Amino acid sequence: MGWPAVILVSASCVLAMGHLDWVAEFPSALQLPIGGLFNAIMKWMVTNTEPFFKAVTFVLSYPMGWMRGLLHWLPWSAFIAVLVIIAYRAGGAWLAGFTGISLLYVLGVDLWDEAMNSFALVFISVPLAVLIGFLLGVLGDASDRAKRAIMPLLDISQTIPAFAYLLPILLLFGFGPVVGLVASILFSFPPMVRNTMLGLRGVPLEIVESGLMSGATNAQLFWRVRIPSALKQILIGVNQTTMASLSMVIIASIIGGTADIGWEVLSTMRKAQFGESMIAGIVIALMAMILDRITFGLAEKQGSTMVKKSLVQRYFFPMSLLMVAGALVVMDDAVPFLGHWPDAWHLDLAGPLNQVIERFVIVSKPTVEAIKTACLFFVMLPFKIGLDKTVSPYTWGFAPTAWHVAGYAALIGLASLGAWRKGHVGLAVTALLGGLVFYIGLTDMPWIAILSILIWFAYRLGGRKLAIGTALGMLFLLVSGSWDKAMLSLYLCTIAVSLSFVMGASLGTLAAQYDGFSHFMRPINDTMQTLPPFVLLIPIVMIFKIGEFAALLAIIGYAYVPAFRYTEHGLRHVSETVVEAASSLGTSRAQMLFLVKMPLALPNIMLGLNQSIMYGIAMLVIAALVGTTGLGQEVYVGLSAGNFGQGFVAGIGMAIIAITADRFCQAWQHNHQHHVTKE
Amino acid sequence: MAASVTNTAETQRPVKLSCRNLWKVYGTKPKHYFDAFGYQIDVGALASRMRAEDHIPAAIDVTFDVHEGEIFVIMGLSGSGKSTVVRCLSRLIDANYGEVLLDGDNLLNKSDKELIDIRRHKMGMVFQNFGLMPHLTVLENVAFPLKLQGLSLRDQRERAQRVITLVDLDGREDAFPTELSGGQQQRVGIARSLAVEPEVWFLDEPFSALDPLIRRQMQDEFLRIQKVLHKSIVFITHDFLEALRIADRMAIMRDGKIVQMGTPEDLILHPADDYVAQFTSEVPRIRVLRAQACVIPATGDTSVMAHVPGSMIVESVLTELAENPSGVVVDDPDGHALGVITPVSLIQTLASVAEARDGGGA
Ligand SMILES: Nc1ncnc2c1ncn2[C@@H]1O[C@H](COP(=O)(O)OP(=O)(O)O)[C@@H](O)[C@H]1O
Ligand SMILES: [Mg+2]
Repeated sequence: MGWPAVILVSASCVLAMGHLDWVAEFPSALQLPIGGLFNAIMKWMVTNTEPFFKAVTFVLSYPMGWMRGLLHWLPWSAFIAVLVIIAYRAGGAWLAGFTGISLLYVLGVDLWDEAMNSFALVFISVPLAVLIGFLLGVLGDASDRAKRAIMPLLDISQTIPAFAYLLPILLLFGFGPVVGLVASILFSFPPMVRNTMLGLRGVPLEIVESGLMSGATNAQLFWRVRIPSALKQILIGVNQTTMASLSMVIIASIIGGTADIGWEVLSTMRKAQFGESMIAGIVIALMAMILDRITFGLAEKQGSTMVKKSLVQRYFFPMSLLMVAGALVVMDDAVPFLGHWPDAWHLDLAGPLNQVIERFVIVSKPTVEAIKTACLFFVMLPFKIGLDKTVSPYTWGFAPTAWHVAGYAALIGLASLGAWRKGHVGLAVTALLGGLVFYIGLTDMPWIAILSILIWFAYRLGGRKLAIGTALGMLFLLVSGSWDKAMLSLYLCTIAVSLSFVMGASLGTLAAQYDGFSHFMRPINDTMQTLPPFVLLIPIVMIFKIGEFAALLAIIGYAYVPAFRYTEHGLRHVSETVVEAASSLGTSRAQMLFLVKMPLALPNIMLGLNQSIMYGIAMLVIAALVGTTGLGQEVYVGLSAGNFGQGFVAGIGMAIIAITADRFCQAWQHNHQHHVTKE
Repeated sequence: MAASVTNTAETQRPVKLSCRNLWKVYGTKPKHYFDAFGYQIDVGALASRMRAEDHIPAAIDVTFDVHEGEIFVIMGLSGSGKSTVVRCLSRLIDANYGEVLLDGDNLLNKSDKELIDIRRHKMGMVFQNFGLMPHLTVLENVAFPLKLQGLSLRDQRERAQRVITLVDLDGREDAFPTELSGGQQQRVGIARSLAVEPEVWFLDEPFSALDPLIRRQMQDEFLRIQKVLHKSIVFITHDFLEALRIADRMAIMRDGKIVQMGTPEDLILHPADDYVAQFTSEVPRIRVLRAQACVIPATGDTSVMAHVPGSMIVESVLTELAENPSGVVVDDPDGHALGVITPVSLIQTLASVAEARDGGGA
């Protein structure tokens, strides 16, 4: 038990940091130019592999060009008709109607060309990503060795923030739309790999055996037995890949020069034209929902409509698509408005919308400001720079005296003692250390103190292996000079994830109790998850202005969903027999929830926390767009300055935080599971 | 008397499928038990050595013959190695040692290509959980093996339709497996395995996943089909009563070994050990014994007596005796008289069987 040592080290570091510089700050003499090293490697790569990447760019730019050309050439009416027919097949009249109206909206607000540019990227990147993912998934399923190589790659690619992908790609492929394409492929193929492997592994043994006994050759067994049986899961992979692809296409527009819908949002947001930005953001949201519902619908549909068909029937659907499109192409000569949406039909939504927004902002300003300052002074700043610097007459209404400090210390001491007396040693220590952190502030804590606290926690949770891993990760942050930035990210992320988790878990609990509420929240959650994270920023920045608070809200808006879903799922799926047994003992509703269901659902709830952390960290970089400091900002700065090393080091830093947090959660779950099974 | 019963009509026909000294061992290094030096003749010692060395001998020196048109049942509790044996026969898994002779030809030496050909024309298999393709309709499922062979669509339809009619599923051709009841799904499984008109037919606990009532019904159905088709059958079950109902001959497996083999009557009348006796003790004798096992030599005039076939179950003989108190004549399949049964002789036979059982059990 090293906790007295940890407390001692932390306390003495805090006392010494005023006097010894190396305690407060990691000595810069020990820092290595890792960023420069990466830059050098990258430079070498770029010069030595240029012909190769030039060639790839060249090859890829052709289908890109064709797809763009096709979508711009195609009359809007033909495009809408084709998509509506597909939507009808995937999801019936409702989805067809939704698709039609959404696309008409895109036409109406005069963003058709931008939307087509984005669609072109998605339409090229999805088939390629699906193909790559499928092949890798099949490989991983066929050979254990391949699987061992693929799985960690997938894990890493999921924790490295999307922006960090852009940099090396930008450097290797040069400016242009191909960057967006490549980034989008790289970002979106992992879910396809996972789902392909999952699907193939899930095919029941008896089905494979019955295929063999039917006399299938290896090829027949694969294509006619295993793939069709796994098709549903594989199509879910296509759905996830499509969504990831769209998300990345939008993010990639930050590079500029693509004239697509993501750029439209970004540029208008930078000019504070919120009305325009909203309108374009809605286009993205609609595109996301259409693609999601259509691909998901096609996956769901599998297996329920494959009745024996004649040749004509079998090819009726693609034929009808071609025919409708062809007819409309021909007709647009005669009826010009079918080919070109007349300018007179464009709606000017932006003007009135801006006025409404302005009014709203003015009216809501007092409330908004009150919320913002309260959150800032009482939650964010104490954690960031500590109570010692936050509490002042201007913020809290009084100047802190020695008495206040003593009172605070006593409070913490009492809490810790209480936990100690009840036998929760870990909790007692956590209370003490937490009290210390809140007093000094996370970003002002001496690095040695944080290091020892984290390693101690790692050791307690996951033993020596986790402790060593954590130490190595932290060492990278220190040596690469990212420590301060990392602490800023950690601070924002911790608050955001804590709030997301509290909010998500409470709402999830409510939803598990009340069906009505659950039904009400489902579409909201779906939308929050389908929206490319970009879009979430618009209304938040509009109301709360650029700053850390806006970033906090953006992260929460994105990261609360997993906590919600896992909590609801966990609570709803507590074993029936246990619930019945408990109610036969006469538990009240509240007792049932807190004493029976909660403890049983805890592993699931913790899984939700784990996911919330991952989502939170992923959103951090995007939130950097609206003014946060920290690693996210570093990635972004590195990207815009073309400084690969800077951005990449920050990206790795974020991956380290994400992976460490993930391993902490897993270790906790592992311990807990152990505990449950032992009983 | 009993010894003569072992020679049923089926055993006189030629052997179709023969399983010789078959071994299947699970574990890290199963092969080295069977290299030139490793193979010991003492089966029991070898199996214990495998177990001691963390290997699972799932099939231990399994030997039996299946004759043409015979229903051979392998019965045993779960984990006794039945599925392992039948999968070795169909080569879904590869045995470590032994031979599987189909028409005298060793299956274990066949190349993949030959094997596919054999499966396409000579073998059919039915699975416990049906193993139907969820994305295909009934008709497509049944036609699936034919489609793999590349038959024309018309032939596929025609042949599939024929077996669908055979299993009494007419009208459900376009349904998907999920829309069918368990019994119906297994009918599809049976139809599919029969679509290629196989010569040997493997059924691995085909009715175990069904409700008892449906199971009974499916057994009758199975017997009806067999009456038409005369396949050579290996039928796996863990249900002793099911085995009794359908077996021509059966083997009882325990921990990978066959502990006894014979006709159902053999097993009931002469259980080899307590393990087998445990199964047989609960079975009502009159439901199992056949008339031919209870005959006594004829005395006096038999010309006025009624005739019953030797294969008639004793339970039915009772009904006959109620109408013919003086006794009945028992005939073999060719119509020759084997002897007679009188009410008194039957009571004596049943009493002696019960005595033998109680004595054996104690
Ligand atoms: N793939 C396998 N790996 C290891 N052991 C197996 C495997 N398959 C079966 N076994 C073992 O072989 C024994 C026989 O299994 P099985 O043939 O399925 O029995 P049954 O069909 O009679 O229930 C069991 O003890 C089982 O655990
Ligand atoms: Mg089995």
